Amino acid sequence: MALSKNVCVLFKRCFQNKLSFKYLSTHSQPPIFPGAKAEWTQKLEFTGTHSYSPLPIYQVLDQQGQIIDASEDPKLNSNILEKMYKDMTLLNVLDKILYESQRQGRISFYMTNYGEEAAHIGSAAALTTNDVVYGQYREVGVLLWRGFTLPELMNQCYGNAEDKGKGRQMPVHYGSKNLNFVTISSPLTTQMPQAAGAAYALKGKNRVVICYFGEGAASEGDAHAALNFAATLDCPVIFFCRNNGYAISTPANEQYRGDGIGGRGPGYGINTLRVDGNDPLAVYNATRKAKEYAITESKPVLIEAMTYRVGHHSTSDDSSAYRSKEEVDHWSTNQNPVNRFRMYLQNNNLWNDELEKKWLAEARKNVISAFEEAEKRPKPNWSEMFKDVYETMPDYLVKQMESMQKHVEQYKEHYPVKNYSK
Amino acid sequence: MALSKLNLKCFNINASTKESVCAQVFKRNFFNYVPSKKQIVNGPTIRMNMFQAINNALDIALKSDDTAMVFGEDVAFGGVFRCTMDLQKKYGKSRIFNTPLCEQGIVGFGIGVANMGSTAIAEIQFADYIFPAFDQLVNEAAKCRYRSGNQFNCGKLTVRAPCGAVGHGALYHSQSPEGYFAHTPGLKVVVPRGPIHAKGLLLSCIREPDPCIVLEPKVLYRAAVDEVPEGDYSIPIGKAEVVVEGDAVTLIGWGTQVHVLTEVAQLAKTKFNVNCEVIDLVSILPWDRDTVCKSVKKTKRVLISHEAPLTAGFGAELASTIQEECFLHLEAPISRVTGFDTPFPHIFEPFYLPDKWRCLQAIRNLLDY
Repeated sequence: MALSKNVCVLFKRCFQNKLSFKYLSTHSQPPIFPGAKAEWTQKLEFTGTHSYSPLPIYQVLDQQGQIIDASEDPKLNSNILEKMYKDMTLLNVLDKILYESQRQGRISFYMTNYGEEAAHIGSAAALTTNDVVYGQYREVGVLLWRGFTLPELMNQCYGNAEDKGKGRQMPVHYGSKNLNFVTISSPLTTQMPQAAGAAYALKGKNRVVICYFGEGAASEGDAHAALNFAATLDCPVIFFCRNNGYAISTPANEQYRGDGIGGRGPGYGINTLRVDGNDPLAVYNATRKAKEYAITESKPVLIEAMTYRVGHHSTSDDSSAYRSKEEVDHWSTNQNPVNRFRMYLQNNNLWNDELEKKWLAEARKNVISAFEEAEKRPKPNWSEMFKDVYETMPDYLVKQMESMQKHVEQYKEHYPVKNYSK
Repeated sequence: MALSKLNLKCFNINASTKESVCAQVFKRNFFNYVPSKKQIVNGPTIRMNMFQAINNALDIALKSDDTAMVFGEDVAFGGVFRCTMDLQKKYGKSRIFNTPLCEQGIVGFGIGVANMGSTAIAEIQFADYIFPAFDQLVNEAAKCRYRSGNQFNCGKLTVRAPCGAVGHGALYHSQSPEGYFAHTPGLKVVVPRGPIHAKGLLLSCIREPDPCIVLEPKVLYRAAVDEVPEGDYSIPIGKAEVVVEGDAVTLIGWGTQVHVLTEVAQLAKTKFNVNCEVIDLVSILPWDRDTVCKSVKKTKRVLISHEAPLTAGFGAELASTIQEECFLHLEAPISRVTGFDTPFPHIFEPFYLPDKWRCLQAIRNLLDY
């Protein structure tokens, strides 16, 4: 008796007298454990993936580019729709030329975006440039949408003197302060808790942070950290997962056993949407709704965009070593997001073969000319290697730079000095 | 991880009976605190221990910068070492808040806050638990400015972490990880030796345009008491301090070890009738080559001492640079007295630490060489 009285006193204190003494005295009353709000059960039963259905995949367009439910039509104006399509196809043209240039040894590395065009453009179109982007590396469409220029892209891949990143990172590690696109880094998922922190700092400022990541990256510890921090600290951030079925060679069924990445959202107390990532209008609607909710409620949203990585992982990968040509062909033809969107535009008389031909020729011309210009430009002065380690260069680093200057002067024939700015 | 944290929390929160019992069993004075005599700034001072000085620095930082926020595990109620006492009451829950128990999340979150131009002051509960955040610190925080061509940075990030021996902390409440971070271009790392430095260095780090790590020797939180300047002041990062002047041997340390070396210098005076020069390195990265080499050229003998293990400890970097810069001046091989190349043990702590007797013997060897 004495013991139970003490326990009750403790409970009373814990819950600041919100619950009555009588209420706590019997097992038929609801549980009051601080760790979870739940009901009692007398049935011993596992909860597992069998306990609930997988999250459905939200669609607006069918495979023939028809709107399935008219009430879901975002009714975007024709300029926006045209820009969406042009950016998706420009992305394809860009990828093709840069991929081949890597094969010819003209740039050191490249990663294409084939099959994921709709996920980039659909989400980017639902946001403004004022919203902050943290990406993984396969989100170039977002940059194109925001106005990152072809010369800027090429300059980064070549690491020439015009590159804002000063040639320090591998190709495709883009970043733009003006466009609020935080510079990409190679370590996977590190951007996710950072995005949560950025969103916390921007709380109440009518801006949202969007953070892109692949389903493989979602296995990193940082993904867990980010989702949990964003939920507990009420951060207005959209976590946008590109679930394209593969992390390099690892298929999704070796990556997780639950209901994809979306299935984890509710476990963190995060409102979640799963969308057809090959349907730009579905992605657009989902992202727009997520932004609205994130800002008004100051809470995170998880979007899982289901798609397929049509291209190789990167130029250092031959994906035929681990998946069939038939599988890839299916996705690149029957399920191609660009084709689907083109059909939608054609159904609405916004696009036709002639426009297509003209646009592709123009896009190709623009990409090639930006490419050739970038190739001609010299690299930055090699002393840029020593700068920006800190805001101000410490004296020991100045000494290291000076000693290298003397050395290069003495041994200049052994270094590629002529390719670097004076 | 959580369990051991809780155990030590008990020791530190209740400074009453529990601690005195522990003290008899575990505590041994491996150092005698020497208050700082140097006047840093003019103006009134208050007697404070180190956790109070840190609290005071945070208070000043929060007051002077609306964007500043303090977060970590258990910081809201005042922190397991009391460093964030009453700050939430004063500045609100949006600026002083608990995070989930996840170090990689804490540092990643802090980088994001700093990316947006707000001031992020993150706490890692023990330096021993900073390793889950190693990737965020080394690959991300340190390289943010460089890799973006200075388009983005996280210079407004400061990470505080209690470090060093505490008498009974064993493997995971005693480590001194400064050597790991010293190998990371882009970070700044400091270790205060008492309240005056803790406050001045912390304020410097918070306002420094580069990401900083402040390693706070936890044994000093209560044990170290100084007359701390009341106002807002800073102590420069990258500058060492000559604590005791001498001409026979240069003794270099940081954090708690400075107090060990100060006592060793007194012992050497009594026993060998020599004057040793004691240098508090203060800042590990960047470190003050000029002050160190100037002293070595004068004394011609060097002893470096740190709690962390010997192999590839920061002492190795000092010794190598001194050898390079002061070769013609050295009269004896550079001596390093450090923790051993073992994990930090529980019951053997008195035999593990580079205490005054091991240091004294090293000085004798240097003089006899």
